[in-house]
Amino acid sequence: MLEKTGIPTSEDIDNIKPDEERLKEGPVAVIECFKEIPCDPCFYSCPFGAIKEFEDINDKPELITEKCTGCGNCIASCPGLAIFVVDYNKKTVSLPYEFLPLPEKGEHVKGLDRGGREVCEAEVVKVRDPKKNDKTAVITVKVPEEYLMEVRNIEVGDFNE
Amino acid sequence: MTAALKAAQKGASVIIVEKYHELGGQLIKQTHRFFGSKEEQAGIRGIAIADELTKKIESNDKIKVLTEATAQGYYEDKVITVSYQEQFQKIKPKKVIIATGASEKMLAFENNDLPGVYGAGAVQTLMNLYGILPGEKVVMVGAGNIGLIVSYQLLQAGVKVVAVIEAAPKIGGYLVHASKIRRAKVPIYTSHSIKRAIGEKSVEAVEMVKLDENWNMVEGSEQIIEADTVCLAVGLRPLTDLLIQAECEMAYIPELGGDVPLRDENLKTTNEQIFVAGDAAGIEEATAAMLEGELAGLKAVSEIGYTDPDIFEELNRLKEELKKLRNGPVGKVIRKGLKKARGKEDAGKNRYSHIRGYR
Repeated sequence: MLEKTGIPTSEDIDNIKPDEERLKEGPVAVIECFKEIPCDPCFYSCPFGAIKEFEDINDKPELITEKCTGCGNCIASCPGLAIFVVDYNKKTVSLPYEFLPLPEKGEHVKGLDRGGREVCEAEVVKVRDPKKNDKTAVITVKVPEEYLMEVRNIEVGDFNE
Repeated sequence: MTAALKAAQKGASVIIVEKYHELGGQLIKQTHRFFGSKEEQAGIRGIAIADELTKKIESNDKIKVLTEATAQGYYEDKVITVSYQEQFQKIKPKKVIIATGASEKMLAFENNDLPGVYGAGAVQTLMNLYGILPGEKVVMVGAGNIGLIVSYQLLQAGVKVVAVIEAAPKIGGYLVHASKIRRAKVPIYTSHSIKRAIGEKSVEAVEMVKLDENWNMVEGSEQIIEADTVCLAVGLRPLTDLLIQAECEMAYIPELGGDVPLRDENLKTTNEQIFVAGDAAGIEEATAAMLEGELAGLKAVSEIGYTDPDIFEELNRLKEELKKLRNGPVGKVIRKGLKKARGKEDAGKNRYSHIRGYR
């Protein structure tokens, strides 16, 4: 259970994941924020109003999936690094990454799941590190379809080894 | 810093007495992004907030900054003594805002005095200020926000975190911080404790033990983990020496981290002259500390005549912001503690009444 291990369970994920239909339509944000904490930058980061305005700053974020374009603006805005964009058409996951060295486009890295387990190989297709992201890079990796909802980190070279 | 800026903005002259050689307090080590409200700098890294506040203070001619200066004592004629540049100086302010922060708690276990056992603050200072790695393999004790955040910063610095050990059955810090290190391969052991550090001249390994539901060690569950560093992140305690010496009425309020001064909703203590803000008033996160500083600074100078027609509105806005921050489940403990500290609920026994001269 999440509060004991730090790893969201499949039930936790089912509760927040966009429905199958929306997932198949193309890129969409997956917000893995499971505890009410006083935090709201994601709401302000979305240019499309796809994150519901917070009534109470402690509310958990709520994604309006039909408004989400999967642009990924929210990824680096989240202080908890808890937002990802999953694209079932291009078979990619975009994730926040704050380690050096950054991977390069075309590089093959390890895809890690929420527990840090290596589950597949991932190909880096995009590295976004603009100044406005203030050192939180957004890495887009291509992974096999069955790992799109699993891969949440990458390992470039050795990692905690 | 926010108290000084607010006070100066209203026209008061301010002296900041800072022990360290630069301003910023804990913010100068906080390389991670802050939570909180967008209006209150959420999403900004702590180091950037420290830089911004420092610049504002340095360019404000109403504020005089004494760094490497220690406030030594508060005297009954309302004089604060400060040792600064090898001189003993006296300051007689109209109002005093005490924002001395907190100190780290220690944990009792065998060999906790071995070199290689650090407090999390020391690890952050070495690593994030001086660029020195504390070790190669770290066991983190404590899965509160500090333990989780410092673990993440260690990983970023290329240090291996072999375990995060937490005695409670649940992770105390924000789960997003926990998930961040979990997916970077760091194991978190809840309901576990450190039994002893092992090593001749410095830490070579740690013995970890499982705890049962009554927090007793489970015999036979010991496990040896190889590590050269133990980092303790087992909580903070308000630094209140000056407040005690100034005879502010104190109370033991565990929800706020220990002995804290009683205060009203504007953070004025039972000493008319003295306000308190930040961790010295009760352990909480930085956004609340900064808001408290503004509130205390504003109220303090308004009492000595630096005021304007908008002051009530401004005070209310700050109180409202603080209330919003503390509104959720993570603020529950703080809300309970504050009720006690404001005298609305029974606070713990005053442990300083035996001190000579203490009222």
